Amino acid sequence: MRRRGTVLRMLVVATTIAGALLTLRAWAVDPTELPDPRLQARYLALTHELRCMQCQNETLADSPVELAADLRHHVRDLLLQGKSDDEVRAWMVARYGDFILFRPRFSPRTAWLWLAPGVALLIGAGVCWRIVRGRAALVDADREPVAGDDTEAQDTRG
Amino acid sequence: MNRFALPMAVFVALVVVLAIGIEHSPQKGIIASPLIGKPAPPFSLPSLADPVRAVASADLKGRWYLLNVWGTWCFECRAEHQMLLEARDAHALPLIGLDWKDDDAQAREWLTQLGNPYEAVALDHSGSTAVDFGVYGAPETFLINAQGIIVYKYVGPLTRDVWTNEILPRLPPHAAARS
Amino acid sequence: MLPELGQFALILALLLAGLQAFFGIAGPMLGRDRWLAAVVPAVAGQAVMVATAVGCLIASFVSNDFSVSYVAGNSNSALPLFYRVTALWGAHEGSLLLWILLLAAWTVAVAIGSARLPPRFAARVLGVLGVVSFGFLLFTLATSNPFARLDPPMPDGRDLNPILQDPALAIHPPILYTGYVGFAVAFAFACAAMLEGRLDQTWARWTRPWTTAAWAFLTCGIALGSFWAYYELGWGGFWFWDPVENASFMPWLVGTALVHSLAVTEKRGLFKSWTLLLAILTFSLSMLGTFLVRSGVLVSVHSFAADPARGIFILAFLVVMIGGALSLYAWRAPLLKSSAGFELGARESFLLFNNVLLITAATTVFAGTMAPLISDALKLGTVSVGPPYFNPTFLLSMLPLTALLSVGIHSSWKRGRLRDSQRTLLITLVAAAVIACALVYGIYAHGHVLTPVGALLGVWIILSSLAEPLSRWRRGLRVPRGMLGMTIAHSGLGVLVIALTAVQSFTLEHDVALAPGATTTVGSYAFRFDGVQAIEGPNYDGVGATVTVSRGGAPVAVLKPQKRQYWVQHQATTETAIRMDHGNNILVALGEDLGAGRWSLRVQIRPLVSFIWLAALIMAIGGAVAASDRRYRNSKVAEAAAPGAAEGSAA
Repeated sequence: MRRRGTVLRMLVVATTIAGALLTLRAWAVDPTELPDPRLQARYLALTHELRCMQCQNETLADSPVELAADLRHHVRDLLLQGKSDDEVRAWMVARYGDFILFRPRFSPRTAWLWLAPGVALLIGAGVCWRIVRGRAALVDADREPVAGDDTEAQDTRG
Repeated sequence: MNRFALPMAVFVALVVVLAIGIEHSPQKGIIASPLIGKPAPPFSLPSLADPVRAVASADLKGRWYLLNVWGTWCFECRAEHQMLLEARDAHALPLIGLDWKDDDAQAREWLTQLGNPYEAVALDHSGSTAVDFGVYGAPETFLINAQGIIVYKYVGPLTRDVWTNEILPRLPPHAAARS
Repeated sequence: MLPELGQFALILALLLAGLQAFFGIAGPMLGRDRWLAAVVPAVAGQAVMVATAVGCLIASFVSNDFSVSYVAGNSNSALPLFYRVTALWGAHEGSLLLWILLLAAWTVAVAIGSARLPPRFAARVLGVLGVVSFGFLLFTLATSNPFARLDPPMPDGRDLNPILQDPALAIHPPILYTGYVGFAVAFAFACAAMLEGRLDQTWARWTRPWTTAAWAFLTCGIALGSFWAYYELGWGGFWFWDPVENASFMPWLVGTALVHSLAVTEKRGLFKSWTLLLAILTFSLSMLGTFLVRSGVLVSVHSFAADPARGIFILAFLVVMIGGALSLYAWRAPLLKSSAGFELGARESFLLFNNVLLITAATTVFAGTMAPLISDALKLGTVSVGPPYFNPTFLLSMLPLTALLSVGIHSSWKRGRLRDSQRTLLITLVAAAVIACALVYGIYAHGHVLTPVGALLGVWIILSSLAEPLSRWRRGLRVPRGMLGMTIAHSGLGVLVIALTAVQSFTLEHDVALAPGATTTVGSYAFRFDGVQAIEGPNYDGVGATVTVSRGGAPVAVLKPQKRQYWVQHQATTETAIRMDHGNNILVALGEDLGAGRWSLRVQIRPLVSFIWLAALIMAIGGAVAASDRRYRNSKVAEAAAPGAAEGSAA
C-alpha cells in the first residue's frame, strides 16, 4: 500500500514537471500594441521582468499559458489606467508575492545575495594582496632556476 | 582555526542547507502566498446553479468556508474530487467552488457525473478573481474564516493528510467536532 | 531476459568497483604490493560489465520491450530508431547509467595512460575512481534501477519527450557528461597525492592533460546545450541562468582555474594547496550539479522527476566523498609549503588573480543558484533570482579578468619584466581600440556604454594572445603545442567576448500580427508573410508558414517556421526558422492564429550569435591541442620522485 502511494506521488510530481515542460515548448508571441509608444515600451519592459507563475522560469512576455496572457492583460489595463511601473509591480506582488519579480528587490532579506559578489571580490583582493606580498619578499632569496619548459614566457633574460 | 579546515566548514554549512532543502522539498514549487492573514479579495460572481444569482464573499461572512479553485480542464482536480466529496460529508464547513476559466455546460456535467461537493459554485470566466487570489495552478484551496481572512492556502490536489493535519486543526472547536 | 542480464551485470559491476576501490586504496596503504595487481583487472571487469548493462538497455529500447518501465516511459513503437537509442539518456535512470559508463571509460583510459606511473600512485588514483563508481552504481541499483519491470507490460510506450527528439540532443548529454565525469580524474589524482602525502611538479605534469581534456569536453558540452536551446526553443535565448545550466557552468569556471593553477604548480611548484582545493572543488560542483537536478530541491525546467529519497542518498554520497577529500586536505595541505618567490608583475601573480576572479565568478553563480535554498533554510522567505541578478554580478568578475588577461600574457615567470613588453602592450591596446571602435561605430550606430568596452576587451585578448606566437614565428622559432593550444584557447575567449557584446547590444526583436501578403521591417530586413499550410511528419502534424525575407529590395531567404502537434504525448512544439546572413541570425517564429488568415509572428535579428558557439569550439580545440603536448607523453622526461617509481618507470 505504501509503495503504491510513493509511486503515485512520484507520478504526480513527474506529470507536473512534464506539464511544465509541455507548456514551455510553445512560447508566446505577444503582438499587443499599446496606443502610446512610451506605454508600449513600459509594457514590454514590465512583461519581461515579471515571472510567469506557472512556467516559473519564463517571463510573462514569453510564456504561452493562459495565466500569463491574463496577467499581461492586467498589466496593459493597469498601464492604460495611468498606474506607474512601481504600482504595477506592487499590484502583482500583493497577489503573488516577491517571487513574481525576476530581479530580487534589495531588502534586508536579500541583502546578502546582492552583497555577496562584492564581498567575494574584496576578500579575493585581500587574499591576493597577502600572497603577492609574501612571495615578493622571497624572490631575491629564491635562487632556483625556473624550469626549462618551452611553452610559456621564459625567464631567460638574466 | 587552521585555515585549511575552512573549506570543510563551508562544506558542512552547505550540507545543512541541502538537507533542509530536501526536508522542505515536498512543498517545492509552491510559493508562499502573500495573502495569508489578509482579508480575502471580495468577489461577486454568477452561480453555476443559477447564473442570475450571485455567489458573493459578502454573503459568506460569518462562516468559515473552503474556497476550492478548479476546472474541468484540470487533470489533478479529478484526482482530488473524491477527497472533496469526503470533506463535504464530514460536514465541518461548506465548500465553495471557484470554477476557473471553464465551460459552464462541461462544469455541470462534471458535477453531475462525479458528484457535487460544493454548496455553491462561482463562475470566474475572466479569471480576474483567481488572479486576485494569487492563483497560479489549479487545484488550489483556501481556508477562509468567519471574518473573511485567509487563514491557510494549499496548492495541489487536496489529500486526507492535508485535510486532517492542516485544515481541521485550524477550525474553531465546534466546527471540527462535527467532523 | 535481457533486462535481467543487464541488472545482473550492474550488480557485478558494483562488486568489481568495490574491489577496485579496496585494492587500490588499501593496497598501497598497507604495503600489500600484490594487491596492486588486482586493480587494473577490476577496472577492466567493471568496464565490461557496465558496457554490457548499457548494451542490454539499448537492446531493450531497440526491440521495443515495454515490459521495462524505463523503456515504456521514454519510448514508443513509432519513434524513429535513432531516437530509440538516444532515449537511453532521456530521463533520470538512463542518464545515470550514461554517467557510470563514461566514468568507466575514463577509468580505463587512466589505467592505460598510467602504465608509466609509479604503481602505488596509479593504484591509488584508480582506487579513488573506484570509490566514485561504487557510489554511483549503488545509487543506481538502490534508487534508480533502469531495468525495473512493469507487470503487466504496457502495450506501447509513452514516447520520448518531443523536445528531446532532436539530433543535438543525441550528442549534448554524452559530451557534457564526459566533461563532468572527467574531472573525477583530477579529483582522483588529487586524492592520491594527499594519500601519498606528497605533491610535486611531476604530479602536476601527470594531472594536466587529463584535466585539460575534461575541460575541453565540458566546454563543448555546455556550448552544445546553449546551441541546442537556441535552435530548438527558437526564442533567441541561448543562456538563461537556469539552475541546471549553472550546475554545469560552475564546474567549468572552477575547472578553468584548476587548469591554470596546475600550470603554476608544474612550472614552479607553487599553488599546491590551491590546485588541490580546486581539484576537489571542481568535482564537488560536478556532484552538486547531479544532486540539484535529481533531488527536487530546486525547481527548474530541466529537472528530472524529483524524489527526496534520491536526494538523501546523493547527499550522503557527497558527504562521504567530499567530506573525505576535504578532511584529507585539512590534514595534508599544511605540509605543502614552498619557498619559491615571485614579483607583483610576474606571471604567477596574474594567474593568481585569474584563480581568484574565476572563483569569485563561481561564487556569484553559486549564490544566485542556491539563493532559494539558502533563503529558505535561514528562514528569510522565498527569493527569486534570474538574469537581472546574474548578468551584472557575473560581469563584475569578468571585466577585470578579460582585461588582466591581455596584460598578464606578456609577463614572465618569477620576475614579471613587464617593462620589456611595454611596447607590445601599447601596440596591442591601441590597435584593439581602433578595431573595436571601427566595429562598433562603423557597422552599428548605437549601443550600450559597455559595447565599446566589450569590443575592446575582446579584440585586445586576441591581439595579445597572438603577439608571442607571431614573434616566434617571425624569428623562425618553433611554437610548441602547449603555447599553440593556449593561444587558440585564449583567442577563442576573445571571440566569445566580441560575440556576446554584439548580441547583447544589437539584437532587434519584434512581435507582429500579419495578414497574408503584409510586410514588416526589422532593422535592415523586410519580412513578408506569405500565409500558412498544413504539414505532416513521421510522428506529428501541424501548420507551416512561409516568410520571405529581403534586404534592400533583394530577397535573402525564404523561412518556414512551423507549429507541430506530436501525436503520442499530445504536445505542441514551435519550430523556429533560422537563417544566417552576413553574420546575422534571422529568426522567425510562428505565434497564434488570430483568425481571418492573420497570424502573430516573432521576428528577430541577432548579430554574431553563431560566433558564440564557434568561440567555444575554438577554446575546446585549444585545450585539446595543449593536452596533446609531447612532454606529457614523453616518458624520458619523467622524473621518478616517488619511492615506488623505480619499478614502474619505462625506459
